[in-house]
Amino acid sequence: MKDNAVLEMKGIDKVFPGVRALQNVDFTLCEGEIHALMGENGAGKSTLIKVLTGVYVKDGGQIFLKGHEGEVHIKSPQDAQNLGISTVYQEITLCPNLSVAENMFIGRSKSATLNWSQMNKATSEILQSLDIPATATMQLSNCSIAVQQMIAIARAVDMECKVLILDEPTSSLDDNEVAKLFKLMRDLKAKGVGIIFVTHFLDQVYEVCDKITVLRDGQLVGEYEIENLPRLELVSKMLGKEMDDLSEIKESSGETQAVKDEIPVVEVNGLYSNTGIKPFDFYINKGEVNGFTGLLGSGRSECVRAIFGADRVLGGTVKVNGKEVKIKAPIDAMKNGIGYLPEDRKVDGIIGDLSVRENILLAAQVLKGFLKPYKRSEQYKLAQEYISMLSIKTASEDTPIKSLSGGNQQKVILARWLLTHPEYLILDEPTRGIDIGTKVDIQKLVLKLAGEGMSVTFISSETDEMLRTCSRLIVMRDLNKVGELSGDDLNQTKIMSTIAGGDK
Amino acid sequence: MERIKQRFVISNIFRNQLFIPIAALLIIFIFNLIADPGFFKITLGYNNAGNPLLNGYLITILDYGSELAILAIGMTLVTAASGGQDISVGAAIAIAGSVILRVLCGSDSRSEELQAPIIVAFLIACVVAALFGAFNGVLVAVFKIQPMVATLILYTAGRSIAAWINNNELPIVNDVRFTYFGGLIPGIPIPVPFFIAAICVAIIFMVLKFTTLGLYTQAVGINERAAKLNGLNPVAIKILTFVILGLCVAVCGLIKTSRLSTINYSVIAKDIEMDAILAVALGGNALGGGKFNMWASILGAYVIQALTTTLYKFNVKSNALPAYKAVVVIILVVASAPIVREKAQEIVKKLRAGRVEKEVA
Amino acid sequence: MKKRVLAVLMAAAMVVGLTACGGGTASTDSGSASSGGSGLIKVGIINNDPNESGYRTANDKDLKATFTEANGYEASFAYSLKNDEQIAAAQKFIQDGVDYLLLSAADTSGWDSVLKDAQDAGIKVILFDRTIDASEDLYVASIVSDMAQEGQTAVDWLASQNLPEYNIIHIQGVMGSAAQQGRTGALDAKVAAESNWNIVTQQTAEWNAETAQQIVQSQIDAGASFNVIYAENDDMAKGAVAALDAANISHGVGKDVIVMGFDCNKWALQELLDGNWNYDGQCNPFQSSYIDEIIKKLEAGQTISEKVVIMTEKGFDATTITEDDVNNYGI
Repeated sequence: MKDNAVLEMKGIDKVFPGVRALQNVDFTLCEGEIHALMGENGAGKSTLIKVLTGVYVKDGGQIFLKGHEGEVHIKSPQDAQNLGISTVYQEITLCPNLSVAENMFIGRSKSATLNWSQMNKATSEILQSLDIPATATMQLSNCSIAVQQMIAIARAVDMECKVLILDEPTSSLDDNEVAKLFKLMRDLKAKGVGIIFVTHFLDQVYEVCDKITVLRDGQLVGEYEIENLPRLELVSKMLGKEMDDLSEIKESSGETQAVKDEIPVVEVNGLYSNTGIKPFDFYINKGEVNGFTGLLGSGRSECVRAIFGADRVLGGTVKVNGKEVKIKAPIDAMKNGIGYLPEDRKVDGIIGDLSVRENILLAAQVLKGFLKPYKRSEQYKLAQEYISMLSIKTASEDTPIKSLSGGNQQKVILARWLLTHPEYLILDEPTRGIDIGTKVDIQKLVLKLAGEGMSVTFISSETDEMLRTCSRLIVMRDLNKVGELSGDDLNQTKIMSTIAGGDK
Repeated sequence: MERIKQRFVISNIFRNQLFIPIAALLIIFIFNLIADPGFFKITLGYNNAGNPLLNGYLITILDYGSELAILAIGMTLVTAASGGQDISVGAAIAIAGSVILRVLCGSDSRSEELQAPIIVAFLIACVVAALFGAFNGVLVAVFKIQPMVATLILYTAGRSIAAWINNNELPIVNDVRFTYFGGLIPGIPIPVPFFIAAICVAIIFMVLKFTTLGLYTQAVGINERAAKLNGLNPVAIKILTFVILGLCVAVCGLIKTSRLSTINYSVIAKDIEMDAILAVALGGNALGGGKFNMWASILGAYVIQALTTTLYKFNVKSNALPAYKAVVVIILVVASAPIVREKAQEIVKKLRAGRVEKEVA
Repeated sequence: MKKRVLAVLMAAAMVVGLTACGGGTASTDSGSASSGGSGLIKVGIINNDPNESGYRTANDKDLKATFTEANGYEASFAYSLKNDEQIAAAQKFIQDGVDYLLLSAADTSGWDSVLKDAQDAGIKVILFDRTIDASEDLYVASIVSDMAQEGQTAVDWLASQNLPEYNIIHIQGVMGSAAQQGRTGALDAKVAAESNWNIVTQQTAEWNAETAQQIVQSQIDAGASFNVIYAENDDMAKGAVAALDAANISHGVGKDVIVMGFDCNKWALQELLDGNWNYDGQCNPFQSSYIDEIIKKLEAGQTISEKVVIMTEKGFDATTITEDDVNNYGI
C-alpha cells in the first residue's frame, strides 16, 4: 500500500450470470483527495462502488484499508460502515419526517435511551463546523434537497469515515447548491477524508477533483491526474474511440433543412391540455428535426404530451398529413403514426420486470392488435434485430429491462418506437441521465432517421445538443409558446434571450 | 465450461417460478409416502348408481382441487393487472350457484323437473357473475379503490344477495344430469370437475397464446403509466381481468352446486378466496402485481388441496386444523419469498465452489 | 372531490347490497297500523335476520303466523344481527308503548339497561330462542332449546339400535357454538362410557356440506371402517351421504351405515321417509305457541310457574316417520 493511501482495491472481479461486470480492476484512493470515478453507464462504476460498500460480494481480488493489517473483508453494508466507508446516494436515504439531529444519530446509538439535549448539541456543533445552514431540531423534510444531502454527508463524516463515496450527489441540485456542496467537499478534503465522486457532469469533475479513474466495459482504463487529462481525451477514453464523432454531427446538421411549402406531417392548432399550457400552434414537415426548448417547467414536455394524447386534451385540432384526426388517448396518436419517448424513463417508459424483448415489442404489439400476438420466433427475430441495430448491451433478449443500465434502457425504449415505424417521433429528453456515448449515438440516430424521411421532435435540457440536431426550435416560457427560431437565429444567445424574453 | 453450465442449471432451478409449488408438492408427497404409502393407492370401484369410478387420495385431490385451480386462473390475472386480490369470490360463487338453481328450479324450489336446460342456467350465471366482476373491476380501475377494499363490498353483501335470488329458499335439483358436473358421467371413472378444470386451463392457455392478454396485464400491473403511453387502456384491461375472474366464479358455482344438487348460502365456498389467493402466492407470483406464471398458480391450487386432503387423512383434530394449515402455509410462503430463494441459490453456489476447490486440490 | 364521490358511491353500493337482501339494518315494519287501541295486545318482536338460516326463516314465519290480529295481537317486527341495532329497536318499541317485548338477542350481553327501561314502563319481556346475561328479574319468561338434550335424545336413539359395535364418523358444526357443544357433549360422554363405541374421526365441517363430504371421502380413501355418520346438522349429513354414494357404501334403514342429522329440514325429513337416512333431531324453531300461551296466562292474571321453558324437541326415526311429520315439522 502507498503511504498516503486510505483505500486500495486490487484485481477486483465480479461476475453476474452472463456478464463479467468487473475484470481485474485496481483503484487507489489517497488521503485528502477527491477522486472522480468515470465511465459510461454499464462500465462498472456502480458495481465497483457496490463491492466497496458491501452491497455485492466480490468474486476475486483484494481490498486494503489504512489502519488494517492485510486484506479486509466486506460482506455487508454494515461491515463497510464499521470500516469507515460511507456512501451518500443520489436519492436521499434519510427519514424526512424526523428531525435533523435524529437523522444524524439514528441507528448509531448503542444504548436504548437517548440523551436529547446532548444529541441536539452535538448536531449543532457538527452543522456549524461544516457550515451547513440547518438547525438540529428542524424537520428534515423542511430542508432543501441540497441541505439534506449535506446532512447525509455530515452524518457520514461524523461516523468517522475515512472513505466517503458520493454517488451522483449533484443531479438534483442547482448551481448555487452545487457550489455549497463543493465547498463542503473541499473542507472534508482538507480534513484528510478521501472522497470518491461519481458523476456524469464533466464540468464538475474538472472543478473539484484531483484524480480521475476511468473504467470501460468492466475494465480499468487508467488513473490520471486531473491536469494531465483534457476533457476531450477523457471522453475518448470513456468511449474507447477517438472523438471526432461530436464534430461530425455538427457538420451534418446543415443538411437537415426541411423543404418548405409542403403539407406538414403533423400540424397542430390551438391545442391545449389539462396541464395548464396555453393553446399553441405547431407543425413539422417530412424529414424535419425540430425541438421545444425552455426552462424546466416551461411547458415543453406538456406540449408534446398533448400532441400524443398523453394528457387530457381540452381543445384544439391536430392534422396528420393534412387530415384532421381525433387524438384522445395515446393509442389514437399511435394509429396516426406518432411515437413518443417520454421524459421520465423510469416512471413512464420502461416496464421494469418485463424482458428487453417484451419492452421492445410492446407498442408495436398494441398497434398490431389484441388478437394478433407476434409469434415467438418473430419476437426474438425483431428483438435481436433492434438490439444489434442500436447496439443495446444486454445479456439476452429475456433479461429484465430493469437490470440494464440507464442508457441501454433508453435505447430499448427507442427501439420500441422505431419498431412501430412512426412517421413522426417525439423524443422527450432522450439523453437525460445517460452516458455520453449513448447520447452521441442517439443524436446521430435522430439525424439518420430524419435523413430517411422521418419527422422528429427532439427535446433536451442541453441546448447545444438541440443546436446540433434541430433545424427549428420552439421556445417556451411559463407554459406559453413565445417564439420559434430557425436558420441564423439558432444560437445560444438568441435562445437565451428568447427564453428570458428581454428583447421585445 | 461444462461446470459453469451446470451451475447455471442449478441456480435456474431455484429461480424458476415452478420450483416452489413443485417442491411443496414433493414434500407433501414424500411425507405421505413415509407416513402411509396408501396415499398413492388408486382403486377402481363403483358408485351407488353402478358407475365405475377411481378411488384414492390422488383422485380426491384432483377432484376437489378443481374449483381452486379454476379460481386461481382468474385470481392470477386480477393480481397481475391490479396488484390486489378479489376477496369476494366465495360470495360471488354463492350468487352464481344461486342463479343456476333459480333458473333450473324456477319459482318452485322442489320442482321435479328442470325448468330450463342446464346450459341456459350456466350461461345466465356466467353473465351475472361477469357483471359482478365488472362491478368490482370498475371500483378498482375507474375509482382506484384498493382491490381488497373494493371487493369487500361484495364479500359482505354477496351471500345475502345469493339468498335473496332464491327468496331464501334452498332449492334442490332432482335431475341426475345436473349431478354430472360435480360428480361422474356414467362410464367415465374420473371425476368431471377435473375435466372442467382441464378445459378451463386449456382455454386460458389458448387465450394467453393467441391473444396478448398476458403481455397487457403484466405491462399494466408493472407500470400503469408506461402501459398507457404505449397505447394500452389500463382501465379496460383491469376490468377485463375481473370479468374473466367472474367467469371462473360461474364455473365454480356450477361445480359446487352440482356436487350436492343444492346450496347453502352462508357456507358454500366459504373461505375459498383465501385459498385462491394463497394458490397465487404459492405459485411465486408477486401479490403486488406484475409478472405472473399461470402454470405455477394452477399447480399452487393443487398443492393447497393436497395439503388439505393430507390433513384430513391424518385426522387432525378438528379445531387444530386451521393452525396446522397456517403453519404449513407460513413455511411455504416464506420458502417462496425471493429473499429466501436468493439465499438458497447462494448456498448452492458456495457448495459448488467448495467442491470445485476440493477437486482442484 | 374524487374521494367524496367515491365515498358516496361505496355507501350507495352498500345500501343497495343490503336492502336488496331484505335488510341487515334494524328495520321495523308495523304489522297493522289500523287497529289503534282496540283491545289488541301490542307486541314488539326483535329477532335475528330471517335470511340467516333455514331455522330462522321457519322461526320468523311461525311468529308471523301466530301474532296476528285474528289472534288478538298487534305485532311489530324488527330484525338485526347486530346487538346495538336490536337495542335501538327495543328502545323504539318501549317508546311506542308495546305491552310485550319478545326478544331473540344477537349477543348475550348489554341488555340490562334497556330491559330495566322496559320494566319501568311496565312492559313485560319474553326471551325466545336465546338466553342473555342479565338478571332473571328483568324478563318474565325465556323459551329456549336445550341443545344438550337434543344431543342426548339422538345418542339415546343410537344406543337403542343395539349395534354390536359403533364406529362413528363425527362431523361437528362451527366449534364453540351452542348447538355444536350440546350435540358433541352427549356423544363424547357416551363414547367415553362405552367400550364398544369408537370415534373413527371427529372433525369440524363448520356446518358446510362440502367440507363434510371431503372428511368422509378422506376416511373412505383411507379404508377406514365405520357404521355411523353423526353429523351435527342436515347439510353436513347430506355432504357425508354424497361421499358414501360415490363410494358405493349403502346407508339408511337396514343398510351398512346409519346416517344421523339435525335441524329437521323438510328435505332431510324426506330423506328419512325414503329410508336413505336413519335419524334427524329437531331443533325446534316454533316458540310462538309457547309465547302465546304465556301471554294468555299473564293477561288472565295467572302467574308463570316456570321462568325458563324448555321446548320439547323430537327426534325422528326413519322407520316411524310419516308424511304428516314431514309436513308439520319440516322447516
